[in-house]
Amino acid sequence: MSEKKKLRVATTSLAGCFGCHMSILDIDERLLDLLEVVEFDRSPITDIKHCGPCDLGIIEGGVCNAENVHVLREFRNNCKILVAIGACSVNGGLPAQRNHLELHDILTAVYQTEGGLAHGVHIPNDPELPLPLNQVHPIHEVVKVDYFLPGCPPSGDAIWKFLTDLIAGRTPHLGHGLIHYD
Amino acid sequence: MSEQQTFLLDNEEIPFNPGETIMQAAKAAGKYIPHLCWHPEFKPHGSCKLCTVKVNGRFGSSCTMQATAGITVENRTTELDDKRRTLLQMLFIEGNHFCPSCEKSGNCLLQATAYDLGMMSPHFDHFYPDRPVDASHPDVLLDFNRCILCSLCVQASELADKKFVFNMGGRGMRGRKIIINSESGKLGDTNFSVDDRAASICPVGVILKKRVGFAVPYGERKYDKAPASVVEVAK
Repeated sequence: MSEKKKLRVATTSLAGCFGCHMSILDIDERLLDLLEVVEFDRSPITDIKHCGPCDLGIIEGGVCNAENVHVLREFRNNCKILVAIGACSVNGGLPAQRNHLELHDILTAVYQTEGGLAHGVHIPNDPELPLPLNQVHPIHEVVKVDYFLPGCPPSGDAIWKFLTDLIAGRTPHLGHGLIHYD
Repeated sequence: MSEQQTFLLDNEEIPFNPGETIMQAAKAAGKYIPHLCWHPEFKPHGSCKLCTVKVNGRFGSSCTMQATAGITVENRTTELDDKRRTLLQMLFIEGNHFCPSCEKSGNCLLQATAYDLGMMSPHFDHFYPDRPVDASHPDVLLDFNRCILCSLCVQASELADKKFVFNMGGRGMRGRKIIINSESGKLGDTNFSVDDRAASICPVGVILKKRVGFAVPYGERKYDKAPASVVEVAK
């Protein structure tokens, strides 16, 4: 008898801090149970650089530059179900707190007028660098998102409850103590 | 002596005294009706609409509507909770509600109500409005990014403190805001005191007492131990 086909899962961090990925590791020994039913495609865990066809895509972080938009669209094009994990992907989070400021003013302050800068420092303009967007956006403002898992980061227990619900075919339900925006 | 008058709330008989609102009678009976701008100490404002119920099949704000004998009130139905969740989502995207960096997190009625109603995302596109903070007062910080215009501070300052420090100003979805009653428009130039009723009335994280923000750590706060649906009807 052939083994039951594993779900293929991709994860990435856009304008995030990888805290949500650390929290995924916080499901601890349950990771082994998870690996019984899923296999990882593109993810910091595998270091695969591009996302192939997947059942589930998990996105940490909002969208703050052009590269984020490309990666997010690659995930949406390849993943049957897309999940926003963490405060930044859900509402922009900490990076979005720059949104009421002019981008040029921020870059000027950071690279030119701030104290302690070396002589001749200028705003980076290497063509390899992705251009920043005027504002940071949560991912649902760019692509369709199927499920949201808020938290900064969501706890390992919240992630486990969410994933086990989803893998079992249930609508994820967190309830008091697991649902958190902070 | 006449018999105790009652009405039906989600198919349960709720007693009430003449003159009480549906909200007051429900709370007295330990039944939670989600709300933000209503506070038991003050006159109902009826602005947040979160306490909307269906009375004999028609929508009404339970905080302003008087209880009458024999009415049938729907409260925690899927239809009403779905609408409440949408109202919450609109409040979240209109302001800058970044819970991870807010010292009110865990004590915030907006956040706790959203948890209780299972709001998993803000759904709509964010406004990200520019709302400068006012740190001019020595003991109190005002962070208008989180204001939901409940006007409880206006009522508390006027009715409890007799100081008239706050009022509502501006017009429209993006223009409406709380204004401060001083020539400079700064709280530091008023006679506002940290001991005022208005200093502790804010259901969200706008009016914050300085230097005590983390005296109670995250995880041990008002809505951490029990959800809003339990805390808000506790005697």
